Amino acid sequence: MATMLKEVDAVCIGVGWTGSILARELTKAGLKVVGLERGAMRMPREDFTIPSIRDELKYSNRHELFQDTGMETVSLRHSRSETALPIRRLGSFLPGMNLGGAGSHWNGATWRRLETDYILKTHLTQRYGARAIPEGLTIQDFGVTYAEMEPYYDKFEKLCGISGKAGNLRGQKIAGGNIFEGPRSNDYPNKPLSRNLAASMFEDAAKKLGYHPFPQPSANASEAYTNPEGATMGQCVYCGFCERFGCESNAKASPNVSILPVLLPDPRFELRTHAYVKNLVYDKAAKKVKSVVYVDTRSGEEYEQPASLIILGAYVFNNTLLMLYSGIGTPYDPVTGKGAVGKNYCYQYTGSGVTVFFEDKESNPFMAAGAFGSVIDDYNGDNFDHSGLGFVGGGHISAGLSNGRPIGTRATPPGSPRWGKGWKQATAKWYRRWFNVDGTACNYAHRENYLDLDPTYRDVLGRPLIRVTYNFKPNDYKIGAFLSQKSAEIARAMNPTIMTPPRYRNGDYDVRPYQSTHNTGGTIMGTDPSNSVVNRYLQAWDASNLFIMGASTFPQNQSYNPTGPLGALAYWSAHAITTQYLKNPGPLVHA
Amino acid sequence: MADEKIPRRDFLKGAGAGTAAAAAMATGLAPVEAAAAPAAARPQPEPDVWLTLTPSEVAFITAAVDTLIPADELTPSGTDCGVASFIDRQLAGAYGNGARLYRQGPFLPAKPELGYQLALTPREFFRAGIEATNEWTRKTYGKDFDRLTAAQREEALKALEAGKPEFTGFSSAMFFDALLTIAMEGFFADPMYGGNRDKVAWKMIGFPGLPASYRDDIKTYFNKKYDKAPQSIADFS
Repeated sequence: MATMLKEVDAVCIGVGWTGSILARELTKAGLKVVGLERGAMRMPREDFTIPSIRDELKYSNRHELFQDTGMETVSLRHSRSETALPIRRLGSFLPGMNLGGAGSHWNGATWRRLETDYILKTHLTQRYGARAIPEGLTIQDFGVTYAEMEPYYDKFEKLCGISGKAGNLRGQKIAGGNIFEGPRSNDYPNKPLSRNLAASMFEDAAKKLGYHPFPQPSANASEAYTNPEGATMGQCVYCGFCERFGCESNAKASPNVSILPVLLPDPRFELRTHAYVKNLVYDKAAKKVKSVVYVDTRSGEEYEQPASLIILGAYVFNNTLLMLYSGIGTPYDPVTGKGAVGKNYCYQYTGSGVTVFFEDKESNPFMAAGAFGSVIDDYNGDNFDHSGLGFVGGGHISAGLSNGRPIGTRATPPGSPRWGKGWKQATAKWYRRWFNVDGTACNYAHRENYLDLDPTYRDVLGRPLIRVTYNFKPNDYKIGAFLSQKSAEIARAMNPTIMTPPRYRNGDYDVRPYQSTHNTGGTIMGTDPSNSVVNRYLQAWDASNLFIMGASTFPQNQSYNPTGPLGALAYWSAHAITTQYLKNPGPLVHA
Repeated sequence: MADEKIPRRDFLKGAGAGTAAAAAMATGLAPVEAAAAPAAARPQPEPDVWLTLTPSEVAFITAAVDTLIPADELTPSGTDCGVASFIDRQLAGAYGNGARLYRQGPFLPAKPELGYQLALTPREFFRAGIEATNEWTRKTYGKDFDRLTAAQREEALKALEAGKPEFTGFSSAMFFDALLTIAMEGFFADPMYGGNRDKVAWKMIGFPGLPASYRDDIKTYFNKKYDKAPQSIADFS
């Protein structure tokens, strides 16, 4: 039996980006908050120090900072007719573990969604008619608008000291920024990062072709910075050890750098590490979560922590697992389309483009920041006319290597051998003389892509694994073919010595090569409890004291990295909780 | 956990001249590098200690990495760069014994896109792969892989790469991929793991290793060859 603990005001499940933001906002409002972190303590001064942190083998290949798949993983199948098998070793995506979560080892690409992204279904229906939305896509509106989110984007960008250049300041379009973005109340807190050869050549070529290139907005600070919380960031040194690593310069925004230094000393906050949440205790009649049961991974002992307010801020899969395993809400049924928990799982469709090689240039891939380069948004979202194209959505196209770490990042021209003398010669010749030009696409929700509980495989706590039923769909392949051609067009304008044929992922989803950690959906937000799990304030329809954070609330995935949008949503939700919910606990939206 | 009380940096500082030895001990590795550290300008002789590989496995791995990474004007052979020793240490350690691998059954045959689905740890998988390869070369060439001529070894590895030999339980291409992956890890990883001796692989491609900072260099070396010698973790310690 679990040891019953004394009730607290609020519990945050997971202490990554969203858990840290909510804990900070709730303690500021006077609440006593307990943060439950399944992993261990991780702080930069101890864990992210030079020279040890710059160890490619340990962090990148042996997965030092990621979720331990020996404890917990997900199973995967491409369709309902197949048997799902566990992802036994991480590859395609890399969820985090330990304090700060994946926020401690991300690259730092920080975006705002487009205005039309928030009202996607309504917008596409109005512009092209309902029949233009491809068969099987279950896209939905978010239930919030860009204008509502804007102040919270601003807040998150200031928290992270984002480096970038505005393209739309209060309605005024600015050349050199992203002119497709929604109106911003303020420019970015820091100027853009320095450019490398790839970004510079891409920018020139894109401009020549009439596109609108801009610097990738980045949580790698271009200047030393103090955020509104008083936490300080160093200046990025372009070391090329960003994603998969912690930052020894404190130049990459993370929960560990940007919030935890002020949250941890706050007596209203208590961090419990090694606290692996097993289930939520649900009172179905009262439509409330009474408590959280967790296992101390050091002793194996179970504890039950009652709380008035529960913040579920784990990763996408764990958020959905805890809802399904605790029996909250109605599981999604792909046959009837009814139920919402597990619905609209999406991923990211990456890598539609080319690799270019230049005999007479030095791209110096090892001098790089995580979120780095030049981008165009001309073919993203609905920024271009889709009439007659046969697909909806799009992606951003960019160039700018994030690293030159040699185990993982080496390119040789097509036809080069993979080993032996010829491989050595090609690698020695080309390692410093290449980069990719490619598109990262949205991934729109499909009826057949969803999460549920695996009937066979279990995690270390004995719970079923999340079963992912997922594959890319025709809408994705069409975007891939389109973006790869557009990328090739820009690359050709750079006049490379060698260019690979345009490529895109035209086969089944493959769990082995890294693609992105942008898994979304499963506990989606919306306006209707029949097709969403949380309302526009991220409050669960079926438990009024439960708020669910993170990318699991996205109804579908845009091309943009999820951290900016989920950071803004966390602040938006925190504002609703502290200004409305705490005064009058209960549903903030009546269905 | 006694060492938790001593900040790691101070511990290393306290070790003084024996920094590399301390680093090797702290990571649980045999201090092969450290023993010869002061005069380690040239690639060192092949170590004669092996943590896990058996004699016939040593022969196979040595022959394989020398075929994948042959000696030429760019670098010494894979073995002389320490790659065989690297593989031995990796397979003897946490990775080789299945750390971070989900190991619950049932273990079912799977399409490649679902990733590794065998019940074997990496250590066990290499044992099985080496046995299967030698069995196939004995059938095809009448000898174990390491006894083949250089041309035959190359031919045999190409056959594996293409998945031509039929192995039991897994494809020969899958074993080849695992072999190539771990050889490349050894060749390009920080030298403290036993491979990439004298930073030869980094010198070959022009990877500077660990920078102190490229904050100014990113402008100074825009489209220019970066000409500074590479630095490893030991160089910084």
